[in-house]
Order: sequence, then structure tokens, then C-alpha cells
Amino acid sequence: MPTALEINGKAVTVKAAPDTPLLWVLRDELLLTGTKYGCGIAQCGACTVHINGVATRSCITAISDIAGAKVTTIEGLGGTHPVQAAWLKHDVPQCGYCQSGQIMSATALLAVTPNPSDQDIDDAMSGNICRCGTYQRIRAAIKDAAVISG
Amino acid sequence: MSAKRPVFTRRRFIIGASAVGATIGAALVGGALVVGTTVPDILSYGADTAVGPFGAFIKIAPDGIVTLVSKHLEMGQGNHAGLAAIVAEELDADWSKMRYEQAPANAKLYGNALMQGLQGTGGSSAIANSWMQLRQAGAAARAMLVQAAAQSWSVPAAEITVKDGVLGHASGKSAGFGELLTAASKIAPPQNPVLKDPARFTLIGTDRVRRKDSPGKVTGTARFTQDVHMPDMLVAVVAHPPLFGATVKSFDATDARKIPGVVDVIQVAKGVAVLANDTYTAKLGRDALKVSWDDSKAEKRGSAQILALYKDLAAGKNGDVKAQPFETKGEAAVPGADALIVAYDFPYLAHATMEPMNCVAQVEGHQCKLTFGSQVQTLDQLNSASVVVALPGKIEIETLLAGGSFGRRANPASDYVVECVEIAKKLGNGRPVKLVWTREDDMMSGRYRPLTHHAIAIKTDGEGMPAIWRHRIVTQSILKEIPTAPSFDDTTVEGTKGSPYFKATPIVDAQVYMPDIGVPVLWWRSVGATHTAMAMEHTIDQLARRAGKDPVEYRRALYAKAGEEGARHLAALNLAVEKSGYGQALEAGWARGVAVHECFGSVVAQVAEVSIANGEPRVRRVVTAIDCGIAIAPNQIAAQMEGGTCYGLSAALYGKITLKDGAVEQSNFDSYRVLRMNEAPRVETYIVPSTKPPTGVGEPGTPVIAPAVANALLVLTGKPTTSLPFVTT
Repeated sequence: MPTALEINGKAVTVKAAPDTPLLWVLRDELLLTGTKYGCGIAQCGACTVHINGVATRSCITAISDIAGAKVTTIEGLGGTHPVQAAWLKHDVPQCGYCQSGQIMSATALLAVTPNPSDQDIDDAMSGNICRCGTYQRIRAAIKDAAVISG
Repeated sequence: MSAKRPVFTRRRFIIGASAVGATIGAALVGGALVVGTTVPDILSYGADTAVGPFGAFIKIAPDGIVTLVSKHLEMGQGNHAGLAAIVAEELDADWSKMRYEQAPANAKLYGNALMQGLQGTGGSSAIANSWMQLRQAGAAARAMLVQAAAQSWSVPAAEITVKDGVLGHASGKSAGFGELLTAASKIAPPQNPVLKDPARFTLIGTDRVRRKDSPGKVTGTARFTQDVHMPDMLVAVVAHPPLFGATVKSFDATDARKIPGVVDVIQVAKGVAVLANDTYTAKLGRDALKVSWDDSKAEKRGSAQILALYKDLAAGKNGDVKAQPFETKGEAAVPGADALIVAYDFPYLAHATMEPMNCVAQVEGHQCKLTFGSQVQTLDQLNSASVVVALPGKIEIETLLAGGSFGRRANPASDYVVECVEIAKKLGNGRPVKLVWTREDDMMSGRYRPLTHHAIAIKTDGEGMPAIWRHRIVTQSILKEIPTAPSFDDTTVEGTKGSPYFKATPIVDAQVYMPDIGVPVLWWRSVGATHTAMAMEHTIDQLARRAGKDPVEYRRALYAKAGEEGARHLAALNLAVEKSGYGQALEAGWARGVAVHECFGSVVAQVAEVSIANGEPRVRRVVTAIDCGIAIAPNQIAAQMEGGTCYGLSAALYGKITLKDGAVEQSNFDSYRVLRMNEAPRVETYIVPSTKPPTGVGEPGTPVIAPAVANALLVLTGKPTTSLPFVTT
């Protein structure tokens, strides 16, 4: 049974079974591979996307639960988003595998909290693991992006 | 300094020419190797070794773009930035026009001189082994361009200047690299090009040296193995045994095959693979398998039993495993009843890379192409060649970015690679196969930092300085499974062996026991230092405390006694202490801890500010000083100190893989806790000025934080730490 979704502003109909996690539909059916698999149990945040603007772990979100929802992935940010620009300025990524998820969590944070405190950043970002330990540059980049956006 | 670079010794084992001959011989179809062939020749046998006009490492395009062909895997450590900067410096290229690409697998062209000619990335050796090679390559290309300009303009070569990718002459003539490309390509590369005086470097050592891969990594377009899609590709997920050493007795794939999208089920050496058109279906299929395991030869001991055995060994209570002395000095003597007696227990640790292990293989007959984040291409070629029966040099590898490794992707058996090749071969139709290990597969399938025990007894002299140092280490050998390994595995003791504290102690009796345990182990970012740094540095603070001395002053005294071998430690310590405000009071509840350790030729000193919150150590600031020789990319050195500290702190605070009756108890990030944003300290990095050749930065930042935190906790609580991780709940 096909499921209708809006991905990065485009209406799409996906063939995967309704209980398939959005992550695998994005990656294997739509070939939007910027969204990463890290744990499969919503512990690491590598799979973070926006669903109707809210940062959501796509690895545990069945497509049947979000039929008709607006999904934004890293590919949908456009590449020149202030958060992406700040990430570049600080050379945040090391291996880079978690960074799509980090950026999606950061953009969701800034959308509702334009000038986040350190505590706001901790609260919004502690669900995203980075094994390379880029946390301090992520924090600096979020603060910079807040200034750029503001 | 060059005489004591453990990076090389630990990998030296892998290749002795005769041993390689044996390995390759097994891979040949009735083939015999030519006697007298060099190791790189053997390793690259069958490969195309033709190179372009500027050699194996440099490509120049008509539009002036200069590309570094990097022989080293980019797994996060940012080595490509430093490598490209070395070329750009000697070439006087325009940094904004520098690019990089991964080299193909070819040991003849891209072997690592610090890994005995294997093409591979490890031991923080990328910059160190490439330093002169890439300087020469850059200088040679520059000389060719200058010669081309001289001929074209009919002026003496000596009068030509090169700056930011443009050649010029006082007459007003100028040309970019691209314009002179054709002419320069016809000039023979000089054999001994003149290198720049480092005092004239304009790019190296500046913050202009930045990563080239960030744009792809912030837009989601960077390509990892996990992202590979090919026409007709199948995804494989494998059921692995629940115990190390267990094998498949029988399996029932009826339910798995009923799942739409499951294409095939294939038994392999270490499990049963389900192949499907997509990853999720392959996982569903794998989970639907019913496998019966033969665990008659499996390791069934738990961590507690293994540790108990280790403690018996260290105490001389078990004669089955022979002690191997690794550093002895002076008349053997017992430290005596008033000695400081300390012991430390270290658990198994998973690497837990963000990208779980994976590989893409296409096998047709004896042909094999691999597409993945290969860390030691030559070993992956050798091991794959054994499966498909081919010349190692004919195994094609396209090296992709790796989503972390920390040592995991470099393993002597190429475990996940061989599994993928085996599946693709048994599939038998040439379709590409992407092997995906789930997080649980990755965490439970082994290759851990070995569980380790240190037992130390030290008698001090009248000044409170060590007089007799007795040290026992019990740990599994990482190199043991390799038939070509030397009789002594240095990775088990590096960092204790060669310590300046041993140099400063008149009598030393240090021995290691390496028992056989059926748990697969591997190097893990900073390898032996993951435990030896803690054992040495936390012991020093306990000695200082007993002597009533400040731990910084105590170290300074030891480094002075050690002479030359303590000089770099002293300089790094002094820089970190100076920048940290050491000695100035902190708020109540906070304390500083200091530690210094040499790892892969670089010395790192750290001062950590620590408190205790909710029963757990809280680290807010870590001042780091590093001596890594000439600093090439300061921004990336800082990044590696930041990241290395977090990686080490994550393990020190929380990291533990435990076994119960042989079964791994952790499976994912819910049970294997790792450091998160709210727990990460602010790391400040300071670089000790140096004119020595560069040493590594990827690993040396990792091992120092555990003892720095332990030493701060000693100040806060008065109690020494005797095991890691700090947080046990």
C-alpha cells in the first residue's frame, strides 16, 4: 500500500510497507542518503529529520504514522542555511557521519529558540552522539548561526 | 627521538618478506613468487603502477586545480588537509585551488613506510610518513613548472618566482599552473628537488590549512560506504553467533525467505547472511532466521572470571602463562612492606564508530572490486584475494570516507571485509553486495580494546622518589593471531615500556603476561596507551601525594632525572601548566588534575578541571599542550585534541563491554553509554614550538584525560581510582 509524503517540498508516494521506518524509505527507496543510520533505536540522533518542523528520529518513525506530513532532510536545507555556513566556518565535522543529524537538531532548535543558552543547546543536542567529539565546535557553530540568523 | 617511535614497532610485525610470500602464495592459483621481489612489488603484484607526469601524488588540471592523491584513509582525523598543505607549500600552489582524492589500492605506489610498505593508515602515521615524500613530490612538480616557464619565456629558471599557483618573471611574464601544464608534463622530474627551508613556510603552520571535506559533510552529500547504491545491488545482514568461537550447527530460513524482498540466504564462515533488495528487509529477514549454534569451542568465561585470572597471574599464582620481561634495570629487589601498592582494572571497550562496519563487494569469478572505507588496503587485498583466489594487486579497492574508525576498520583478518567478499562470492552471479552490520552486530561482534590489569609496587627513596618499580601487566596480545607477528607484542606495554619514569628509577622490574582468551581484540585509538597512560600517570600522583609534593613539581623532578627522555614531557607539562592557571584557586568543589603521556611520537600534557555532580565526575575545561614536531595544520591539531579528549573521556567515564558466561552484555548506545554534548568539556589546545619532523595527532590526545581526571578526583576525594570506567552504575 503506497504512502503519500511530502519530502523537501515535493509530494512523493513511497512503495515501502507501512510499518517501514522513514529512515530506510529515505535512504534505500528515495536515495536521500544524507540521513544516516546509527543505532536504529533513537539513541544516537544520526537519523534526525524534521517532521512538520520538529526534530524527529526517523529510525523509529513508521511511515504510516506520518502519512501526509512534511518531512525535511539535510538535502532539503539547501546548503546555504546559516547553520551549515556556521558549521563550515568552524570546520565542525571530523568523520562527518553524525553531522546531518546534528545539523537537523540544531536548525530545529534555532527555529524555536533563536538565541539559545548553553543549557538550551545541551537540552536540544544531547540526543545526538558524535563519537569524534566535535561537541565544542557544534556549540560554537550554533551560537554563531544564531548571530547570523538573528 | 626517532629511535623510540612505537608507532612503527607495533606494525612492523605485519610484513616480513618471507611471511608475505607465504600469505600471498596461499592466494595464488598454483603460483610461485619470484625470489628477490621486494615487499611492495609482491604486495602490488598484478596492479597497474603507471603514474602521471607529476608522479603518484599530484595531479594538475588545465584549470589550475591541483589534486593531492591521498594514500591515507580519511576517517575524521583530517589528515587530507595536512597532506594537501605539504604539497601546496612546496609547490607554492593556491590553497583555494587544492583538492584531494583517495588513492587506489596499490602498495607499490602508496605504501606507508611506517607500516613496512603496507598501504594503510594507523598509528597516527599519515603525516609523519608522508612528510618528506610529499615535500619532494611538491618540490619536483614546482621545478618542472619552473623549467617549463624558463624554456617558454627564454629566461633563467632561477629568476622565476612562484606564488599562489602563478609563475612570474621580472620581465612581466606570468602564467598559472594550468597554462604551463603541457610543457611541464614533458620535463623529467628532478630526482633530488630542492626543498624549502621550513623557516620560509607560508602555509604550513597557519590557520589557512583547513579541511577540504567539510562542504560535503554539512550537506549530506559526502559518500560513505553506507550510502553506496549500485544497480542490482543486494544488501546483506548476517546472523552472528552469540558467543565468540561458536559456529553454525544448522539453520531454518523458511520464515526469512517468506518476507517479500528477501532474495537469498547464504551460510558463511561466521554466520548466516540474508540478502534482500534493501537494508530494512535484510534485517527483518535476518531477525526471522532460526539458527542453532555449536558452542562447544566457544569462549564461555565472563569478564569477572577473566579479571580474576589476570589478578592471579599478576600475583604469580598461576604458572600456566609465562611472564615476559619488557623492561628491567638494576639488581632484582622486592619493593618491601612499605611500598606503594596499586592496581588498575580496565574493561573491554568497543570502538563504536558512528558508521557501523560495512563493505560493498562485487565478485565475478576471480575478480573482486571493493568499495568501502578501507583502512589498511593491502591487508584487505590480501585477505580478499585468499577468498576469491586472485593476485592481491588485482583486488580493486575504491576507498570511501569512513564514518569513524578509531582502529576498528584496520584489522589483520579484515573480518567484515572477508565476510562481504565471501557472501558476494557464494552469491555467484556478480551482483554487488553491501554488507551492513547493525549497531548491535557492530557492538557484539568483537574486536575490543583488551581487558587489562596492571599491578604495581614501588619503593621510594628518602626524597619520596621511586627507587624500585615493580610492574606487572596482564592483557591479551593484539598481534597474537597474526602468524607473522614477532614473539613479543609491544602494543601490550607501550607507554609503560620506555616511560621517562622508568628512566628516572634506579631499579625496574616490568613484566607482562599475555593469556589466551577467546575474545577478539584489536587496537583502539592510542592502543597500549589506553591503559598504560592511566597506570603510569595516576600512580605518579599517588607517589607525589605520599611524598607530600605537588604533582607538577614531582613530575618535573622525575623528568629532570630522566634527562633527554624527559625533556619533551617537561616542555609540554610546563606549557599546559602555564596556560591552565595551575596553582590559582578554583571554586569549592573543583580541582585540577594533571597528566602527561607520549603516544606515537607526540607528547601530550593536560590539566583538567573536575568536580563531582550527582556522583559522577564532571569535566568542564581541559588545557592541552602537545609537542607533535612541526605543526602543519594547527586547526586540525586542535580538532584532534578536542575529539581525542572526548573519545578518551567517554571511555574513562562510561566505557565498558562486559561478558557474562561469554556473552556480550551491551548491544547499543542504550547499554554502552558514550559522552554526549552536555558532558563534553571545553578543550584548549596549545602547541609546543618545534623544528622536528611532524609526528601524529590522531591518537595522542586520547589516553591522557583518564589519569588527568583520576588525579583531580584524588584531590577531591583523597581516594585513588583502581578501575575504569569511573561511573559504574
